[in-house]
Amino acid sequence: MLNLLWILLGGYGAGILLPICLRERPESQRLATSVAAILATSAGIVLGLLGLMSSEPVTASFSSTIPLLTVAIRLDPLSAFFVLTISLVGLATSIYAIGYLRHLERLASTATLGALFNAYLLCMTFVVLADNGFFFLLIWELMSLLSYFLVVTEHEKAEVRYAGLFYVIMTHIGTAFIVVAFLIFFQSAGSFSFEAFRHPERPLPEGMRTLVFLLMLIGFGTKAGIVPLHVWLPYAHPVAPSHVSAVMSGVMIKTAIYGLIRVYFDFFGGQFPWWWGFVVLFLGATSALLGVMYALMEHDLKRLLAFHSVENIGIILLGIGAGMIFQSYGLKSLAALGVLAGLYHTINHALFKALLFLGAGSLLYATHTRNMEEYGGLLRRMPWTGGFFLIGAVSISALPPTNGFVSEWLVFQSLFLSFQIPTVFLKLMLPIAATILALTGVLALACFAKAFGIAFLAQPRSTHARHAEEVPIPMRIGMGILATLCVALGIAPMVVVPLLDRVVAPLTGISITSKVLAIDGWALAPVNVEFSSLSTPALALMLVVLAMLGLGLAVALGGRLQKRHSKTWGCGINLTPRMEYTATGFVQPIKRVFSTIYQPTVKLETEFLAESRYFAKRRHFEFHIEPIFEKYLYEPLVAFFATLADRLKVIQAGGLHLYLTYIFVTLIALLLLAV
Amino acid sequence: MLQLIILLVAQTTVLLAVSPFLVGLIRKVKARLQLRRGASLFQPYADLAKLFHKQPVISTTTSWIFTATPYIVFASILTAGLLVPTFTSQMPMNFAGNIIALVYLLAVGTFFLILAGLDAGSVFGGMGSSREAIVASLTEPAMMLAIFAIALTNGSTNVSTIVHKTALLEGIVTDPSPHLMALAALFIVALAETGRVPVDNPATHLELTMIHEAMLLEYSGRYLALLEWAAGLKLAVFLSLIANVFAPWGIATTVTPAAMGIGLLVYVMKTATLAVVIGIIECMFAKLRLFRVTDLLGVAFILALLGLLFFYILRS
Repeated sequence: MLNLLWILLGGYGAGILLPICLRERPESQRLATSVAAILATSAGIVLGLLGLMSSEPVTASFSSTIPLLTVAIRLDPLSAFFVLTISLVGLATSIYAIGYLRHLERLASTATLGALFNAYLLCMTFVVLADNGFFFLLIWELMSLLSYFLVVTEHEKAEVRYAGLFYVIMTHIGTAFIVVAFLIFFQSAGSFSFEAFRHPERPLPEGMRTLVFLLMLIGFGTKAGIVPLHVWLPYAHPVAPSHVSAVMSGVMIKTAIYGLIRVYFDFFGGQFPWWWGFVVLFLGATSALLGVMYALMEHDLKRLLAFHSVENIGIILLGIGAGMIFQSYGLKSLAALGVLAGLYHTINHALFKALLFLGAGSLLYATHTRNMEEYGGLLRRMPWTGGFFLIGAVSISALPPTNGFVSEWLVFQSLFLSFQIPTVFLKLMLPIAATILALTGVLALACFAKAFGIAFLAQPRSTHARHAEEVPIPMRIGMGILATLCVALGIAPMVVVPLLDRVVAPLTGISITSKVLAIDGWALAPVNVEFSSLSTPALALMLVVLAMLGLGLAVALGGRLQKRHSKTWGCGINLTPRMEYTATGFVQPIKRVFSTIYQPTVKLETEFLAESRYFAKRRHFEFHIEPIFEKYLYEPLVAFFATLADRLKVIQAGGLHLYLTYIFVTLIALLLLAV
Repeated sequence: MLQLIILLVAQTTVLLAVSPFLVGLIRKVKARLQLRRGASLFQPYADLAKLFHKQPVISTTTSWIFTATPYIVFASILTAGLLVPTFTSQMPMNFAGNIIALVYLLAVGTFFLILAGLDAGSVFGGMGSSREAIVASLTEPAMMLAIFAIALTNGSTNVSTIVHKTALLEGIVTDPSPHLMALAALFIVALAETGRVPVDNPATHLELTMIHEAMLLEYSGRYLALLEWAAGLKLAVFLSLIANVFAPWGIATTVTPAAMGIGLLVYVMKTATLAVVIGIIECMFAKLRLFRVTDLLGVAFILALLGLLFFYILRS
């Protein structure tokens, strides 16, 4: 297995170095960087699968000259699962990039972009492999920095620079919290090795454990995009190149989920009070609902998708939070079910969100705009992209028989099985979380009906859309792989569940494959077939057979089909694209019903003709929704720190001797403290 | 295996056959209450037959979504129908999905109908789609909570299992209040989901009020026939669900011809009764303004929540 790791390293290494060596030849640069990444990610997929299968974790370590730093890696099922997820999405996006990088040629050097992208994938793989706290933090920081450089690819634009700055600040705030938490671990364990974190010399006192829980939640939560720490996602994801957004949104934010599971279930050994789980559950429900609600109001397709990442992280946390609650009550198989549901949704979201971002990239490639109101009618012009985007939309809306449905169904089950918890408060809260999940699901459906309907159906709404052409073949292959996987993971849960069980079993101490799979694996039945069961293969088969029945009935009762084509009736006038329903119009009822959350402000200015007040010459319509978190949480915080910095200006005189004095005084103070 | 296939075919046939009758019955009840004679009870069958023969006209702006949607909607609602017991509680497809699967199967139909409504590029279609999106958003949470309240009392979320268990107890429930709350909530949800007054009016083509009809506006011929049939099927699915979950009396719990025969007879009577109730409601109430529907569905949600609270309070 170590050989595979060397192939992976070599592949990414080649992907980093080759484009820089092949100067001035963009065509070969593009090919070289992508082929190297394809090789490396293929090795990663095999490595992940082998890691999931193997019973013993594989470890390797190389000591370094830097004190405390050991380059240690460990491939256990949890790491293997994330390596697999990262590599799958990495493979699809690398193939996609062969075509997509051409679109970026005018904006950035292919060499830089290719090298950065490979390094970025490499770092992500090692974040989940790291077995040493110091090493983990280094790689984590490197990953954040590389993604920052990728985000600011189009740095000539002020919008992009602002987004980049926003992202880099947020991610560092998050990292700071993680660093503190790791230092607390270090203090109790006496070493940075993860093994020592698991079995520390002096176990952490209760208060410290709670502190670590919160620090990790904030630190990783910033990366994952939990509300209210989600504010960077809608800035950073849209401005990055689309294949990078796909990786950022599909897998990078999942490394935070990895971190949370690693800390809570592995380092803490699943020993925690119920309220930890409840906090995670609560944040999950809030993120899911607010994420989808803000997504609905977006007309920039990539911003919309970024908000949906917030939503789906919320759904993942609902599963994990429920698992944590069950774990704290010793309901082990239910705990395993909750975590399994969360992990299933993790890989599903990685697949369909990457697919949708690649779809959005294809639209950008073909129409040069991210504004949905300028799309329209693209399904006829771009049938492949349209079809793949539809599969992604159906999956993220959790419609059967796709993968999103299976994992959301499992989350529902783990929330519904809450009646086994002895506390009435939690018995009530978990079903309410399930209700919020139901609302989230149906709002996501509305949102993607809007996204697909406005972008791909009806008449083209702009000249760009009218002249759009289908994207090159490599881009279609990239999307095709992900679309196939979305369907496959939906109708074959009997393959996925045993694999995920291998991840969950060491964490919760119980294997639940036999409890979840029923009827030789053809159905999922958590706990027992009596309580609930689901068989997506059967549902898929029934859907196909019954659609055939519909077709058969139509032919039997109506004879051979003879269609006639005609224009849509427009009440006597020709319909133009300007008469079509817009994305803004589509969500207006939702905006009105949930106005408490949106607090919309609408401005309508009408300029009338001089002759009559009954005829408008020009209308100006503006509508905004209140960015509650930015306005009431971040702006005051930023203002506070700005004032503080202003005050502290006094001690910054600019003289070197003064700073030397400060250092000297600090040293003395520290020495005194140490004594 | 043979028994399984026979039951599946029988269930499909019953649903397909009964659904236009229920639509016709509601229309008849409404007509009679409005002192009209009304069309024959079997008029919907004649309508469907006629529509199947008509040549469909397809808008030139549409894509394949438009022509595929009728089949997808038809198939998804019928699949959902196979998860709900009608005349027997021995449903062969019980293992294929529980009530959450049922809700999401119905959502498949909603999703594609919304897309089809947008596809022709007419304003009416878009309006219908937009409204359908908000109504669906508000009904589903209430439905999910109501279902959970029922699931708790029976220890199952599989519809056939719920019905079978209740039927064997001869419908005796020890503390009926959670059930009654859930019933009320589910009934409101059913009215909203099947596009009935006071949420939507299936008998109108007035642009200010229509929701479901607006999405179907561009359809004709066999496509319209399939969608009309599917709408009837959805009504049948909801009525079967309510009838059998809350009043499973007379349903066949064993696989014998005699029990099945009685089950079928009782099933038709039960759903017909519910259809009459819907007809009466449609005559008694005016259609609500779209933004007042929120209140009605809010009531459904609160009822379901109360059902859940009652369950835990009565238990402890």
